[in-house]
Amino acid sequence: MRSDPTAPEPRAPLPPMPPAKLRTEKLSAWYGKKRVLEEISLNFAPNEVTAIIGPSGCGKSTLIRCMNRIHEVTPHARIEGRVFLDDQDVYRQEATSVRRRIGMVFQRANPFPTMSVFDNVAAGLKLNGVRDKARLDEQVVKSLRQAALWEEVKEGLYAPGVSLSGGQQQRLCIARALAVEPEVLLMDEPCSALDPIATAKIEDLLFDLKKQYTVVIVTHNMQQAARVADRTAFLYLGKLVEFNATRELFERPKEKLTESYITGRFG
Amino acid sequence: MRFDRDVRRKLFSHAMAIACLACVAIAILPLGDILYTSAVNGLKVLSFQFFTQNSPIPCDPRFQTGCSFGGIYNSIQGTLLLIVIAAGIALPVGILCGIYLSEFGANPLGNAARFFADVLAGVPSIVMGVVVFSLFLLLFQDGYITSDYVLSVLSASIALAFIMLPIVARTAEEALRLVPTTTREAALALGIPRYRVVLRIVLRSARSAVITGGLLAVARAAGETAPLIILNPGNLFPFAPALGLHQTTASLPISIYRWIVSPYPNWQADAWGATFVLVILMLGISVAARLALRERFGAALR
Repeated sequence: MRSDPTAPEPRAPLPPMPPAKLRTEKLSAWYGKKRVLEEISLNFAPNEVTAIIGPSGCGKSTLIRCMNRIHEVTPHARIEGRVFLDDQDVYRQEATSVRRRIGMVFQRANPFPTMSVFDNVAAGLKLNGVRDKARLDEQVVKSLRQAALWEEVKEGLYAPGVSLSGGQQQRLCIARALAVEPEVLLMDEPCSALDPIATAKIEDLLFDLKKQYTVVIVTHNMQQAARVADRTAFLYLGKLVEFNATRELFERPKEKLTESYITGRFG
Repeated sequence: MRFDRDVRRKLFSHAMAIACLACVAIAILPLGDILYTSAVNGLKVLSFQFFTQNSPIPCDPRFQTGCSFGGIYNSIQGTLLLIVIAAGIALPVGILCGIYLSEFGANPLGNAARFFADVLAGVPSIVMGVVVFSLFLLLFQDGYITSDYVLSVLSASIALAFIMLPIVARTAEEALRLVPTTTREAALALGIPRYRVVLRIVLRSARSAVITGGLLAVARAAGETAPLIILNPGNLFPFAPALGLHQTTASLPISIYRWIVSPYPNWQADAWGATFVLVILMLGISVAARLALRERFGAALR
């Protein structure tokens, strides 16, 4: 039983679409009068990496920003349609509790500037009211390990977060997002400001992360989508063009538009 | 000829560089003169006693014996008292105003507040003194306060707070605006409530720039004379520290003003000493403000 008609039966080795962890239903978004998303309906399977690709300005980032309700922070931004997490409408819950369950990593690494590595990772817990020192320590170490950063920073936990290299900062931001124990991890072009080696580290990380989380990654890099994603959605001018198992989408695109994009004829 | 043109341009470039340097020298010269003159004249009376004794009785050695230079203890005490109270009012209110303007002020009310803050910053300080004076007179007339308070440490502090308020608010706003949107979004994305994001993340990120703005406002208030002329004449010549908010007090700027226009040699000498102390105080605050800023950028560069 599949609720999304745009997701056709994927071929082996990917199993059919399991029940969605996260789902959008006719989601439209505006900045002021400018409509940037048009009725997007998409399902995101648990323990998979779903990539969203498309040319610049197609609404990829806006789409994931609607899911953790960060879109509404922007002045004059609004949405129509619905987003479900575990079949519950996130727009009928407290934004803060939704955001604790749906973590986000941004395009540019943005550690809190005045905080140490430790404080950056602990910030989410601390400012959400966790005072237990032992729990904080444990969670910081665990998150840094999960983000594959522990070995590199264990000697300098109290150095400023901004003193790390770009790639380390981005993994620090991943650790910070993981520390509040989200169920979904949204990543908005997390490697676009990184060199190939740092990018490879983050991509490796995704294989471990998806064992535990539902991962949605926005990328303008098609090779990256092909490498890391189980399923891929192609967006163009705010519309969902195609959504399929990644190999299907890249090897046998159904839409002419998808084909021209992935063969590099535009975008 | 090409060569000629190149030489001409080079000469012109050098001439302009020298002209700019000369203008910089002209701009710096007054400060150098102030520091030099106040140091040379001020150091004559500067001693340990100068900081521990109260204002001297006016005295002219040509006609009297036993003249003393006294000191500026009560003036410093008064200035500190005024600044501490004024800062105690203006810093919290101003920083909260800045937070409102920066984080929630993208609306007509915010724009109006920003405009009024700028106008308030431009109001001459003597007017601020007049306003607070009449406000306290009205309060006295209606029986809310005793007559003591009309001309007092309290009324003067409030006038100074009004002068500091727009400076603190606008510098705090600018400082908070420099915190990138992505920092706010990163914090919000962790599910942290908005008010905590503002107080614990955004304000903390902008901390040193906010402190710098506060220090500059303090420096401004410390040297402010006009409202004190109205609100703190003392009993013309206060010789001892103020003990309560309802009393008048000596202060460095007013002491300088009273002493330098007096005919008494010991007062005139003390005026230079006090001037030197005030200038050094200002310089110290400015340097502290710069150090606070450097801490911010240092952290970003390290």
